[in-house]
Amino acid sequence: MKNYLRITHYALLAIGLALLFTAQRNQTALAQNPTPTDDEVNRIAHQLYCPVCENTPLDVCPTEACRQWRDLIRQQLSQGWTEDQIKQYFIDQYGVRVVGEPPRTGLNWLVYILPPAIILAGAILLFRALRAWTKPSTTAAAPRSKKEAPKDEYVARLEEELKKRK
Amino acid sequence: MTENINTAPHRGVPLWAQIIIWAFLVGLLAIVAIGLNRSQQGTVQPGDKIKDFSLPLFSGYELNGKSQFDLADHRGKVVVINFWASWCKPCEQEAANLENAWKLYEPSGEVVFLGVDYVDTEPEARAYLKKFGITFANGPDVGTKVSQLFRIKGVPETYFIDKDGVLRYVQIGPFVDKVDSQGNVVMDGVSQIQVIIDPLLK
Repeated sequence: MKNYLRITHYALLAIGLALLFTAQRNQTALAQNPTPTDDEVNRIAHQLYCPVCENTPLDVCPTEACRQWRDLIRQQLSQGWTEDQIKQYFIDQYGVRVVGEPPRTGLNWLVYILPPAIILAGAILLFRALRAWTKPSTTAAAPRSKKEAPKDEYVARLEEELKKRK
Repeated sequence: MTENINTAPHRGVPLWAQIIIWAFLVGLLAIVAIGLNRSQQGTVQPGDKIKDFSLPLFSGYELNGKSQFDLADHRGKVVVINFWASWCKPCEQEAANLENAWKLYEPSGEVVFLGVDYVDTEPEARAYLKKFGITFANGPDVGTKVSQLFRIKGVPETYFIDKDGVLRYVQIGPFVDKVDSQGNVVMDGVSQIQVIIDPLLK
């Protein structure tokens, strides 16, 4: 009887351990392969562009190529890839044109630096021009005495003619 | 009487700034012009010498045991380069014709067929190759470098390069059977390929 109880005890222990191990394995499997939602896929797809149609973000592109790409993103997410890793993969495979914004390297920096620089330069020029136009000239329209008047023969003749007409 | 005589010195943009602005504008226009010129260029034209390029090959689709295709290795042979993709329906129409043509020329060793898989995913590309029983060398156009070299406008496109590395013919669209108004086949797709390749072998 004692042996029977012992065997039963060990059997129950073994079953318990087996169940625990199986549950742990299933839990681990679930943690490694979560199914990415459409929102998670589209969040990355939105930053990529269809390679075969003009200016269409991947998340709204209806072509077969885009569907395949979205599936690939889903697969990569389920394998634990990060957003940056996925984007880099697409750049490596299909070129920089697949990303919405050019990578900040080399001549691409011009895209980021030039527009604000041009706007800034334009603003400075506009400011200077407006200041020059609105600032009253200290020399313009100043009354002059006869003595200060220039000895311009034409002006003198004009004034003389005007006097005669008065 | 008053006189509006402005004797203040002219306050414009300094000369150095003007030079910089004009140089910048000219540079910008030059960049735009180069970009426009490039975008308006079509594919490489017959008569153009094709630059050497390399293409990694899918495992199972190597050429002479090499996992990379190098155009320079095939001088003295006619090279047929077909751009395709698994999502491309017209490509499916010509897949069997290309394979049959390859089977015709493979024993001679004078012609090399190369499939360039354009912006595709590998599982779908492999499924496509398996579906159509393709056996000639195929590889992914990583970074679209090869398609940019040929300035392709879409898929399928097929380029025929002679033994000297000069492009001789460009096929835009698939090789499909030509039929007359009655629906009779005038020339099948394989024959069309042969008509292009055979003169290049002489």
